[in-house]
Amino acid sequence: MNLKSMTQKNRLQAGGRIDRNQPVNFEYNGTQYQGFVGDTLASALLANGVDVVGRSFKYSRPRGIVAAGADEPNAVLQLGATEATQVPNVRATQQELFNGLVAKSTNGWPSTDNDLMSYIGKVGGRMMPPGFYYKTFMYPQSLWDTYEKFIRKAAGLGRSPLENDPDIYDHINHHADVMVVGAGPAGLSAALVAGRTGARVILADEQAEFGGMLLHSNEIINGLPAAEWVAGVVAELSKMDNVMLLPRATVNGYHDHNFITIHERRTDHLADLAPKGQVRQRMHRVRAKWVVLATGAIERPLVYANNDVPGCMLASAISTYIKRYSVVPGKELVLMTTNDRGYQAAFDWQDAGRKVVAIVDTRAEPTGACVVEAQKRKLKVIKGSAVIEVKGRKRVSGVVIASINAVGDRVTGNVRTLSCDTVASAGGWSPAVHLSCHTGSRPEWRDDIQAFVPGATVQQQLVAGAINGSYRLAACLEEGGHCGALAAANAGFGEQSDELLEVAIVDNEISESASMALFHIPHTQPTSRAPKQFVDYQTDVTAAGIEVATREGYESIEHVKRYTAMGFGTDQGKLGNINGMAIAAKSMNKSIPETGTTIFRPNYTPITFGAIAGRHCGELFDPKRYSAMHRWHVQHGALFEDVGQWKRPWYFPKTGESMQDSLNRECKAVRDSVGILDASTLGKIDIQGKDAREFLGRVYSNAWAMLGVGKCRYGLMCGEDGMVFDDGVTACLAENHFIMTTTTGGAARVLEWLELYHQTEWSELEVYFNTVTDHWSTLTISGPNSRKLLAELTNDIDLSGDSFKFMDWHAGTVAGVPARVFRISFTGELSFEVNVQANYGMQVWEKVFEAGAKYNLTPYGTETMHVLRAEKGFIIAGQDTDGSVTPMDLGMGWCVSNKKPFSYIGKRGMAREDCLKPNRKQLVGLKTRDPKVVIPEGAQAVADPKQPIPMTMLGHVTSSYYSACLGHSIAMGFVRGGLDKMGEAVYYPQPDGSVIEAEICSPIFLDPKGERQNV
Amino acid sequence: MFSIYCPYCEEHREEDEFHAKGQAHIARPLDPESYSDKEWGEYLYFRDNPRGLHHELWVHATGCRKFFNISRDTLSYEIKETYKVGEQPHFTVNQDK
Repeated sequence: MNLKSMTQKNRLQAGGRIDRNQPVNFEYNGTQYQGFVGDTLASALLANGVDVVGRSFKYSRPRGIVAAGADEPNAVLQLGATEATQVPNVRATQQELFNGLVAKSTNGWPSTDNDLMSYIGKVGGRMMPPGFYYKTFMYPQSLWDTYEKFIRKAAGLGRSPLENDPDIYDHINHHADVMVVGAGPAGLSAALVAGRTGARVILADEQAEFGGMLLHSNEIINGLPAAEWVAGVVAELSKMDNVMLLPRATVNGYHDHNFITIHERRTDHLADLAPKGQVRQRMHRVRAKWVVLATGAIERPLVYANNDVPGCMLASAISTYIKRYSVVPGKELVLMTTNDRGYQAAFDWQDAGRKVVAIVDTRAEPTGACVVEAQKRKLKVIKGSAVIEVKGRKRVSGVVIASINAVGDRVTGNVRTLSCDTVASAGGWSPAVHLSCHTGSRPEWRDDIQAFVPGATVQQQLVAGAINGSYRLAACLEEGGHCGALAAANAGFGEQSDELLEVAIVDNEISESASMALFHIPHTQPTSRAPKQFVDYQTDVTAAGIEVATREGYESIEHVKRYTAMGFGTDQGKLGNINGMAIAAKSMNKSIPETGTTIFRPNYTPITFGAIAGRHCGELFDPKRYSAMHRWHVQHGALFEDVGQWKRPWYFPKTGESMQDSLNRECKAVRDSVGILDASTLGKIDIQGKDAREFLGRVYSNAWAMLGVGKCRYGLMCGEDGMVFDDGVTACLAENHFIMTTTTGGAARVLEWLELYHQTEWSELEVYFNTVTDHWSTLTISGPNSRKLLAELTNDIDLSGDSFKFMDWHAGTVAGVPARVFRISFTGELSFEVNVQANYGMQVWEKVFEAGAKYNLTPYGTETMHVLRAEKGFIIAGQDTDGSVTPMDLGMGWCVSNKKPFSYIGKRGMAREDCLKPNRKQLVGLKTRDPKVVIPEGAQAVADPKQPIPMTMLGHVTSSYYSACLGHSIAMGFVRGGLDKMGEAVYYPQPDGSVIEAEICSPIFLDPKGERQNV
Repeated sequence: MFSIYCPYCEEHREEDEFHAKGQAHIARPLDPESYSDKEWGEYLYFRDNPRGLHHELWVHATGCRKFFNISRDTLSYEIKETYKVGEQPHFTVNQDK
């Protein structure tokens, strides 16, 4: 044995489930230590005699390891050897040790051992009553920034890494017949019995090894030590193809309809960074037919003065450390217990060769077999007494014990001091009901076990073992087997026969005597005067604090929780909540069930963001959609903007050009010669059926009855409230066949809208909808030379103005492929929208450019499209509308039919009194006094810029650009009653104090008569 | 996350595939023009918010694209039944067990 492992002063020479041949080196707070494979970080720290693992949240008191599992409130550490691999909120009791592990305590400044804040805490204890933050930091709000820095520094809740996480995470979906949560005796029995039926079973446990408490128990099952029985069951389960075993996998959430989320840590026990190519953590998403909860129970500590001094631990945790990890966390033990089960820690301590100073039993006359055993072992049992106070600061140095009365609310005398360095407390057990509460079920109080058990639920859920208040091993095994069989049978597997249930017989179970219902140990002084008696270690809530809360009138347990912060820590009050409720109940003279419980929510233990995100990050966060011509755009230097999921060319800068330079050049090219836009992303819905025309008339605000084959029409789509929500051009392809275009971002919503009305209101209409957005590439060729250019690419479409009129469409051949050509215009210029099958898109696009070189054919993007359409006063639904504007507000009353016989969607809505008021906000054009100034979009309009704040706001700017073709800025925006205010001035105050003045005008800045497109 | 039985596909699918569309059985008035502003406002905006049984309209958005109804307990999130548009629920507030 080398020198380093000799420093593991609390390690026993033999026993435990650690591998002494595999030493493991790790670092804690800058010091190197050694442990063994099989250790947790907590057991290794205890083996090395590390007492202080953190400072408390509010009072900065030194804190040590209390528990051995998920319930640990103090040893919550920061892990990570590098910046990128920092992980906060790791419970040392659940972190397996590996070579090179680096851990730090998260609170304590300048260091955990010597914490300056503790002096403030000590003095300030009485200055920081419950509700301190709440009362003190409410006012004045302006000082919050100052307070926050102080609180953050003092609280030290861990930190997130400053660099990107280098690890891989993923998700897997499963369907299971029987999902068993917890692999202790009950869970193993359930999985075994269910697995034998052939049902698909998943068994998950948060620990590295299956077995739960059996890994440190002395019991004999079927004639074998318990751990050997576990090994046999696990061996049988792992041979079953229908059973999936998930160790190191915490069931963190139980969601509606038996949906379970499991957080599996696949490499956290191997290294700081997952081995190359391996997934660090995985989220299993399980839809289970039946769930068996076998989550066990958590031991309750007792609440006594200075019960937070390092060396105060749970009795069961002491047994776990001794038997499983071969670590005795001290030399001299005083055990305080309210029940027989607590005695085991003292027996294990004695068997490890260390001194048991005394067993302090709060019961006046305990009679169980363990009392007899204690006498046989010649252990000193002090009955009818309690540890009322602990001495020491960084480690227990002794205890004050005293006699208490039969109900345990008063010290009756006999106060004396015992010397020791460890205090174990055993206050009974709280079933781990957390998961059963996640779906809204309330736990039920059982007086016989003084604990909450899972209550009624609508889930397909069974509970077995200690979670059900069945603490005897034989009962756990029997219930587990029974639930496993029942769950499988309910899911359609096997029969519930007694044969299946015979899983195990416990040979050496001992009888128990009644335990005492005791939570809060009395002191010689009243609670408010006694040294602090901690209920919730992680949030520093004391018994006195809870009494203050109830005295100040907080009667609901949910209010007490919020006032004191009890249960708000990352441990969700696993240790302290029941004690807190008991203390609140007692101080209000109520029973615990009357006081009720707070609600547990997912997740059971903290989970990494990586596991939540899985592969849904970076490139895979959201799908991206590209048009067929995307590669060309990239090659020609386009910058892109996101429109919905589409990547659309924004503009095409040439070398040395600013954005405005590019826009000016692109706009001028369209107005002077010809430009081309990739409009493939517009939503396209194919509509067929003999009632298609009637349907269009009902969903658009304008008339469709007379639209002939070969014609197109622009339509506005409104909601039932009369507000515009989408627009687009629809073409009549044949008498019963139309193609509708929608905005790029609105396509899916519009299709669902059409289906909604067809399926739920007008199912008698014969009409069918299908999305064809991706089937077509759309090339918009726009500008005075567009006809000449297109003529070079087609010989079967007559493009002359007489035969191919504005708002006509023709089928034919363009660049050698079949095409639908629409003569519609969003620029105000002569324009042709060429639609070809998407897989021809790139070929046609390139052919158009070959022919277009002599016309200076210029590709333009969405920003130029916006400028060009704004020069014409054309709206963009979603930019110039926001769900609160009617067609009339947009000055588009021409697009509303009052003659249609059917009351189309929006007609009644836009006739409401409020929609008819003359002083509504209306869309107008805006011309700035200074032609160079472009008003920022979103700027608020006021009539009087000198009005004191808050000013009367009249509307806002929706679209605003510099128009190179017009030589001045242009804008569109809403102004209250604006349609009647042509020529009047409005003002736009800016954040820098300046004011932009603009004149209200028509939004049609260019070619109001439409002569440019009618050529 | 819900597991929802689509009455058209006739199988249980994950909630991801569906969109909730609000309260079911709100028929569009046949003659909107005869409605007063108040009545129209009630049709447009006023919805039940029961604690307990609720009938909801859903759509199998990334599945068969069909709209259908769900009777759901808003307290326990239990789905009592799903049924096609035009059908009536078996579960109603007065006899929901």
